[in-house]
Amino acid sequence: MTNSTLEKYEKTNIEKNEMNNFDHLFKEDSFKVVGAKKDSQDAITRPYVGIFKESWLRLTKNKGAVVSLVVLSILIILALIGPYMNEYTYDETNYEKAFQEPNSEHWFGTDKFGRDQWTRIWEGTRISLYIALLATVLDLVIGVLYGSISALVGGKVDNVMQRIIEVLVGIPNLILIILLIMLLKPGIFTITVAMVITGWVNMARLVRSQVFKLKNQEFILASKALGASNSRLIKEHFIPNTLGLIIVNMMFTIPSAIFTEAFLSFIGLGLQEPLASLGVLINDGFKAMRNNFYLLLYPAGVIVGLMVCFNLLADGLRDALDPKMRK
Amino acid sequence: METLLEVKDLNVSFRTQAGVVKAVRGVNFKVNKGETLAIVGESGSGKSVTSKAIMQLLPNQTATYDSGEIIFDGQNILEINDKKMEAIRGSEIAMVFQDPMTALNPTMTIGKQVAESILNHNKNVTKKEALQRAVEILELVGIPEPAARVNQYPHQFSGGMRQRVVIAIAIACNPRLLIADEPTTALDVTIQAQILDLLKDIQRKTGTSIILITHDLGVVANMADKVAVMYAGRIVEQGTVEEVFDSAEHPYTWGLLKSIPDLDADEELYSIPGTPPDLLSPPIGDAFAARNEFALAIDYEVQPPMFAVSETHSAATWLLHEKAPKLSTIVQEKESVRAKRKGKKNLTLAQPIIQVRDLKKHFRMSGDSYLKAVDGVTFDIKKGETLGLVGESGCGKSTTGRTILRLYEPTGGEVYFNGKPIHGDLKKSDENTIRQKMQMIFQDPYASLDPRKKVLDSVAEGIDIHKLAASAKDRKDTVQNLLEIVGLNKSFMNRYPHEFSGGQRQRIGIARALALNPEVIIADEPISALDVSIQAQVVNLLKDLQHKQDLTYLFIAHDISMVKYISDRIGVMYLGSLVELAPTDELSKEPLHPYTQALLSAVPTPNPKIERGRERIILSGDLPNPINPPVGCRFRTRCPYAMEKCGETPIWKEAQPNHWVACHLIE
Repeated sequence: MTNSTLEKYEKTNIEKNEMNNFDHLFKEDSFKVVGAKKDSQDAITRPYVGIFKESWLRLTKNKGAVVSLVVLSILIILALIGPYMNEYTYDETNYEKAFQEPNSEHWFGTDKFGRDQWTRIWEGTRISLYIALLATVLDLVIGVLYGSISALVGGKVDNVMQRIIEVLVGIPNLILIILLIMLLKPGIFTITVAMVITGWVNMARLVRSQVFKLKNQEFILASKALGASNSRLIKEHFIPNTLGLIIVNMMFTIPSAIFTEAFLSFIGLGLQEPLASLGVLINDGFKAMRNNFYLLLYPAGVIVGLMVCFNLLADGLRDALDPKMRK
Repeated sequence: METLLEVKDLNVSFRTQAGVVKAVRGVNFKVNKGETLAIVGESGSGKSVTSKAIMQLLPNQTATYDSGEIIFDGQNILEINDKKMEAIRGSEIAMVFQDPMTALNPTMTIGKQVAESILNHNKNVTKKEALQRAVEILELVGIPEPAARVNQYPHQFSGGMRQRVVIAIAIACNPRLLIADEPTTALDVTIQAQILDLLKDIQRKTGTSIILITHDLGVVANMADKVAVMYAGRIVEQGTVEEVFDSAEHPYTWGLLKSIPDLDADEELYSIPGTPPDLLSPPIGDAFAARNEFALAIDYEVQPPMFAVSETHSAATWLLHEKAPKLSTIVQEKESVRAKRKGKKNLTLAQPIIQVRDLKKHFRMSGDSYLKAVDGVTFDIKKGETLGLVGESGCGKSTTGRTILRLYEPTGGEVYFNGKPIHGDLKKSDENTIRQKMQMIFQDPYASLDPRKKVLDSVAEGIDIHKLAASAKDRKDTVQNLLEIVGLNKSFMNRYPHEFSGGQRQRIGIARALALNPEVIIADEPISALDVSIQAQVVNLLKDLQHKQDLTYLFIAHDISMVKYISDRIGVMYLGSLVELAPTDELSKEPLHPYTQALLSAVPTPNPKIERGRERIILSGDLPNPINPPVGCRFRTRCPYAMEKCGETPIWKEAQPNHWVACHLIE
C-alpha cells in the first residue's frame, strides 16, 4: 500500500472526535522514539527467601498448625515430667481411696484400685509417644532406605523387593498381632514387633515412586552428564527433593500408629494391666463410665488431643512444604 | 460477506491466589461465514481464553466477564442461559482441542463418541441412524475402514488418527463455527500437514467458519484468511493474512515475523528482548512498550487505540498516528546497524571431533521385545560445526544424543572423541575428561533445574563435582561470570529456579553446561518448549557462544526451520536410523531421500504467498511401531516410491561429496 492511500485511510477511517479525545494527552515530545526499557525487563520483584524458611513462614501462618504445635509440646512435656509431679506410682494401689473424684491429692482422681489417675495417664501418654517415635524411626530407617534402594537399583531387585512389600501389605495388622500373641505375650514388645514388620511399608512405596519420578527428570540427567557419582546424586538431589514428602507422610503415620496401639490395648490385645496405656485407661473408664465419668474423660481427652494435633500439624506441613504453593 | 460472530470489547479476568489476572483486555473481532480467522500469540497472551469465552467453557468459580459482548448469529452468548448455551455448544459452535491423547474418553468406542454428539443435538434421530452417520463422518475425516473401526477404543488409534476423531466429533452436527485451539501443536510435522489439509477440506465441503488458535506463524500463513495478533490480552494487529505478513504495522508483529529464520536472509536472527508483562498488574500504556525498540514516549503513558490502515487492516500502535515518525525510516536506520550474520564457516577441512560408528541403543520392553530406539547410526561431527539432527517424535534423535554422552549405555557400536574411544569400559580419569569436554542442554526448562537448589549451586554443580574451584569466592566469581556470559543478571544467583521464566531458565541451563569449558555441547530440543520470541533469543545466544568459545554443537530438534538456520550440516532420522546427512544448503535445495523431501515439504513457511501456491507431499499413514519396525527400508510403508527392492536394508552411502543417504532410489 502506498503512502498516499495509507494517509487517506487514516483520515477517513478514524473518526475525528476519537482522535481529539487523545489530543490533550499529547505532550511536545510524546512522539519521540525512546525505545525499550532495558532494566526492568528481566527484573524479578519478589524478595529472596530460602525454601525451608519460606515453608516455616507459611506454616506459622496456619493457625491450626501453630495451635497443634503448642498443644503437642505441652502434652510431651507433661508426659515427661507428669509422673514425677506427685509421690504416687502408676501401679501403687490403695483400696481405701478407690474411685475418688479429682481432688487436691489426686488431681485426676483414682480408679477402682485407688491408683492415681494423673500418674497413669501420663505413663500412658509416654507409651503413645514411644509408639510415635517408633513409627518415625521405622519410617525413616527402614521405609526410606527400602524404598530408595528399590527405586535406585531397579530391575530385578526392585521386582523382588516390591513382591515382598505386597505380601506384607496383604496380611491385615490385626491377624498379625493375634498370630504374634500366640508366640509372645501381649504387650508393648509384641506391638513393637508387629510394627517393625509392617509399619514402614507405605513410606517405602511412596519414596520409591518419588525417586522413580525424579530419576527420569532432566536435572538428574544433567547432573549425570556433569559426571556426578551416585552418592552425590543421592545427597544433593534425591534427598532434598523427597524430604518434604517424607516429613509429611511421617506426620500422617504417627497418629494412625498411636491409634492402633490404643485400639489394641482397648480390646485387650495390647498392654495389660497394671501397665498403663491410653487404650487400657479408656477401657477402664469405659467400664466405669456411668458412675465415674472422669475416668473416661481425661484419657479420652488426651488421645483426642494427640490425634487431632498430629493430623492438623501434618496438614499444615503438607501445605507449607508443597512446592506448588510457592508463588 | 455475512458476519457470523462478533466479539465486542471483551474483558475477562481470573481470580487467583496472587490477585486478579486480567487475561483478556478489550478484544474486538469479527468472523464472517466461511472464512478462517487465525488468532496468534505467545503463551499467556489470552488467545485460548478468548476462544473458551466464545464456547462459555471458562470455569465459573474463577473467571469473570467484566464487560463486552459475544454476538453469535444475532444473540449475545454472554447473556443467554445455560440451557440455550448447551444447545449451541457442539451443534452451532464446536471445538477441536490441542491434545488428542486427552480429548477423547478412553472407555467409549469412537463410534459412540461421535454418535453421542449427534444424539445430543437431534431429538428425532435413533441410535442406529446416529451410528450410521458417525461412520460417514469418520470416512469424511479420513479414517480408513470406518465401518469396522467405529467399535474400537481411542487407545487403538495413533495420535494423528485420534485428532481426526476429535475433528469428526466437532463436525458431527455441521457446526457453523469451528474453534481449533492449537489443533496440531501436539502432532508431528508430517501429521500436522495431514490435519491442516483435512481442516481445509472440511471447510470447503461444509462452508463452516474456523477460528484457529495457534502460535505457529507457518500454520497461519497456510490456513488463515484473516489474522489477529494478540499480546498481553489485547489484539495488537489484525488484517488479512497478506496484509499482516507483508506489511505488518505493529512492532510486535514485525518482531514476531522477524524472529523466524529465513534461509535467504544473511543476518542475525531478530529477537524481541525481554519477556511478556505480568497480567496481574498490566503496564500503563502499550503493554509491549517495554520490549519495543521503537517505543514512543506516549507508549508508556497512553494505551494506543486501533488505527485503521485499510478497511480490513488495523493495528494498535502510536506509530500510526499522524504525528509519529514514519516507521519505515526508523526501521531502516536500525537495520543498517544490525549485525550481519557471520559468513558461512568453511568446515570441509575441519577434523572430526566426534565419530559415531554403527551406534545402537535398544531398550528392553516387557517380555522379550526390544524397542530399537537407535539402530545403527554412523556420522561424524566436525570440530567447530553445528550438526542438526531432525526427525519426528520417536525417531531416536534424543536417544542418539544421550547415548553419545554416555547417559545411556550403548547396546552396540562405537563412539570416538578426538580419535579416542569413549564407549565401553573406561578408566575413571578418562570418563572424567569426557564429562568435562561434552555437555548437554535439555529440552524442558522447568524439569532441567533442581527446584530445591539455588541458581548458584545449580550452575556450580560441575565445578563442585570436578573440584575446579580453589575457594568459595573463586566458585562464586566463576558463576557470576557465567551468568553474565549467558545474559543474566549476576544477582540472580541466590534465587531459586521457579522464580524465572522459561527463557531465563534455559539460559541458566546453558550456563551450567558452559561451567566446565566443554568442547562439544549436545542441545536436546533446547528451544521447543519456548515461545517464538524467546526461541530467537536462545538461538542467538547459542550462535554467539559458538563463535566466542569455539564450541561444537549437536543440535537436536523437530523444528526444521530453526535447525536449518543454526546448522552447518543436517542429519535426518527416521525410526532409529539416519536416512540422510548433508550440508544445510544442499539438503534444503536438493533433498535426496523421499522422507527428507516430505519432511521439508510438510513444514509450513510463514509466508502466505509461498503457502498458497505450493504443492505439498503429504505422507499417508503414521509412524510404524518402533518395537516392530518394517523390515528393510523402514520408510517403505509410507514412501510414495516404495518398490520391491525396499524390502532389503538400504546401504548408507555417500551419494555426492559430503552428502550421505540411505535409499535404494539413489544408486
